[in-house]
Amino acid sequence: MTDLFSKFDPLIELRTNLLSQGQEDPFNLVMERVVSPTEAICNGRQTILLGTYNYMGMTFDPDVIEAGKQALDDFGAGTTGSRVLNGTYAGHRAVEEALKEFYGMDHAMVFSTGYQANLGIISTVAGKGDYIVLDIDSHASIWDGCKLGDAEVVPFKHNDIEAMDKRLGRIPEGAGKLVILEGVYSMLGDIAPLKEMIAVAKKHGAMVLVDEAHSMGFIGEHGRGVAEDQGVLDDVDFVIGTFSKSVGTVGGFCVSNHPKFEILRLVCRPYVFTASLPPSVVATAATSIRKLMHAGNKRAHLWENSKILHKGLTEAGFQLGTAEPQSAIIAVIMPDLEKGAAMWEALLKEGLYVNLARPPATPANMTLLRCSLCAEHTAEQVQTIIGMFQRAGKAVGIIG
Amino acid sequence: MDRAATAEKIAGIIEPFNKKGVEITEASTFAGDLEFDSLTVMDFVAAIEDEFDIIISMNQQAEIESYGQLIDAVVKLQG
Repeated sequence: MTDLFSKFDPLIELRTNLLSQGQEDPFNLVMERVVSPTEAICNGRQTILLGTYNYMGMTFDPDVIEAGKQALDDFGAGTTGSRVLNGTYAGHRAVEEALKEFYGMDHAMVFSTGYQANLGIISTVAGKGDYIVLDIDSHASIWDGCKLGDAEVVPFKHNDIEAMDKRLGRIPEGAGKLVILEGVYSMLGDIAPLKEMIAVAKKHGAMVLVDEAHSMGFIGEHGRGVAEDQGVLDDVDFVIGTFSKSVGTVGGFCVSNHPKFEILRLVCRPYVFTASLPPSVVATAATSIRKLMHAGNKRAHLWENSKILHKGLTEAGFQLGTAEPQSAIIAVIMPDLEKGAAMWEALLKEGLYVNLARPPATPANMTLLRCSLCAEHTAEQVQTIIGMFQRAGKAVGIIG
Repeated sequence: MDRAATAEKIAGIIEPFNKKGVEITEASTFAGDLEFDSLTVMDFVAAIEDEFDIIISMNQQAEIESYGQLIDAVVKLQG
């Protein structure tokens, strides 16, 4: 039968082949019970979680949970409305205040997801006739935002300052320019040379948007991200972030110092034409963000965990996405999808969950086992994880 | 630069990207005949952009399917 679904046939075939060999489905895992930020019962097994982006372990913080319960009691289960109509409660204002304080910026706008934050800000700021210059390894939400806004899209090679400079220099005079970068690139866990790149963008008169989804809470002195760490946060026009990683719930945001920023609330379609976050979610987010302002010890422990795991996996003979740990993401490069899926399953049977990432989400058609550490992982858990990787890697034949 | 000179330059640039040694005509398509994947497209477009000092945005790339269309686009973009 040929219909509109025929274009999915190659993917259906790939999955059928993979699963017909008895492989557990890497994209259909169910967590039956979540014990803590680092442990769950997955497909019936006690499992250490190493692929959740729950960097700061805020999901089970007692203050965060209490705030959510209180908001459920006081404000109900949902707002049933748009932020610009009946969907702005005291809690939505409060979480925007918390973000402004966290980043030390004048304006904050909260979206229902991180995906929508990129979709909304990019498509609204850069429209027809404007130019967007962006890293080729940008997240799907950034690409979709570019498409929605109808701007001219000009990608450059990952983290290549010279390639970016050349492209900016060729944009016709008078055209609006937006440069889009990420602090941490989530596939390989590498960071961007923001200091140099932002200087180049400013030289060409471009506005700069930086997605700090994978750095909020633990990179930079105040956990504001890679731009803060490299001393260039003041030169960033828009910081995009999410509540679904370090903050531990769901939602997205943009913070900015632009004097006209507030007008975006009226013209940004992914902000206007959707229901706002439930009161319990914004209450948990605000409480979590305020606690992250004073999380120096947790940050230090997360870095320790990342360094120990990176070293342990390197010594075990695995090929990693970065030579040195640059973030709390450690990507283990697999030879191909079949071996990657087999390794993923072997780890799951050992009692470890990691993300299996495959093309087209990955750069250079790589298959990756993506590990993201949590500040709540104990030093013992990290050692256990290294042991699991060694056994699984030998069983699957990835290491000798 | 006229069409003939542009075509000659592009012929030189595409050579290292044509790994299978496909015989290229103006009707050859990048996705079909040359089997360029997205990474090859990016590197190839970057090489063309740098050679002619132009920008071929992704919006414009979407309109360029064949080798002949690429030559036409580069001639036009040089103004």
